[in-house]
Amino acid sequence: MSRLLTGLQIALLAVTLTPGANAAVPPLLPAAATVHIKDFKYNPPALTIHVGDRVTFVNDDDEAHTVTATDKSFDSEGLDTAGTWQHVFAKPGTYHYFCELHPYMKATIVVLSASK
Amino acid sequence: MKRDDFLKHVAWTGSGIAWTLSSSGLFNAQKALAAESTISFVQISDSHIGFARPENMDVTGTLQKTIAAINAMPVQPTFVVHTGDVTHLSKPAQFDTAKQILGTLKAPLVVLPGEHDVIGTSDAFFAAFRRSDAPKGWFSWDQGGVHFLSLVNVFNFEIDGKLGTEQIDFVEKDLAAQKSSTPIVVFAHVPLYALFPPWGWTTEDGSRVLAALRRFNAVTVLNGHIHQIVQHTDGNIRFATAASTAYPQPAPGTADKPGPLKVPDSKLLSVLGYRSVEIARNAATITDSTLQK
Repeated sequence: MSRLLTGLQIALLAVTLTPGANAAVPPLLPAAATVHIKDFKYNPPALTIHVGDRVTFVNDDDEAHTVTATDKSFDSEGLDTAGTWQHVFAKPGTYHYFCELHPYMKATIVVLSASK
Repeated sequence: MKRDDFLKHVAWTGSGIAWTLSSSGLFNAQKALAAESTISFVQISDSHIGFARPENMDVTGTLQKTIAAINAMPVQPTFVVHTGDVTHLSKPAQFDTAKQILGTLKAPLVVLPGEHDVIGTSDAFFAAFRRSDAPKGWFSWDQGGVHFLSLVNVFNFEIDGKLGTEQIDFVEKDLAAQKSSTPIVVFAHVPLYALFPPWGWTTEDGSRVLAALRRFNAVTVLNGHIHQIVQHTDGNIRFATAASTAYPQPAPGTADKPGPLKVPDSKLLSVLGYRSVEIARNAATITDSTLQK
């Protein structure tokens, strides 16, 4: 029930913040963040973004890796050396992810509900 | 096996077998031999078709060289087993290439998946190598007096190598039906024991399978995954990981991380290769061959 209420509140907030015809409010362009995969580590290992932000993952390692959510809500599949993959986080929450090929590689992305 | 070969083999492995030259003794030994296992097979591993980095720009070529060496063996193996990571990124095109090259082997082929073959989904692996007798991927069979188990420890790859309860139940039931005197050979991609857990070189739920293997006289567990030869004996169980056909990896703990290891181009073929295994009278003879001395 509390989750549902939170969802409703976010929906209301979104409606309230919709710029519509108000030219004084700048368009809410999704911000971009980048996670580099290097030396079998995600950098940064913990990233905080906002709903709608796009994150680019770049594999700077010689070895292939994946960016796979523990809850399977997203999965880059195999990222070869120099491979990139992007994901837009549409829902707030804390996302734990790991590399399917090297499961001890772990990192987290926190998605906040209100954008700036 | 001819008697001469058998004697050579005994001398080679040094396994202590009573052998008398009295006529009755010879007769008994030969009679016993007829009932014993004698089989040879070849293991190859970690071909990573699709990989193209300075560590090896031609993994297709090195796999072809490996197969040429196996096809040139004077006595062809009963079968060739590929212990996983056939491809680098589980792409259907990579499986197509691998299947074409592996199809040039003279001997029958058994393939089990590595984690690189089931990234995201195991569909492409099964499309290439599904067996009707292994709907879930794992299976067992008897050949040449030896009981073989081919296992999959790369599904549910969230925590290192993992077999899963369903597969372990299968193994326990399967082994319960075998005589303790039957030689057992087990294949799996990731090492079944804790070879080097910090790099994920272990199977987190492997202990139940190892426990079920304890009562047998002779067990050989053959793995890939770590791209180097490591042998280890624990009681009745002999473990051996195989070299890759693509590129080496650092020895456990000798680098900050695992992954492709660059060696001088002139040395690459001397760290890639294949393994011949002969099981005779409960003794496994393991011979690793490189593509270049």
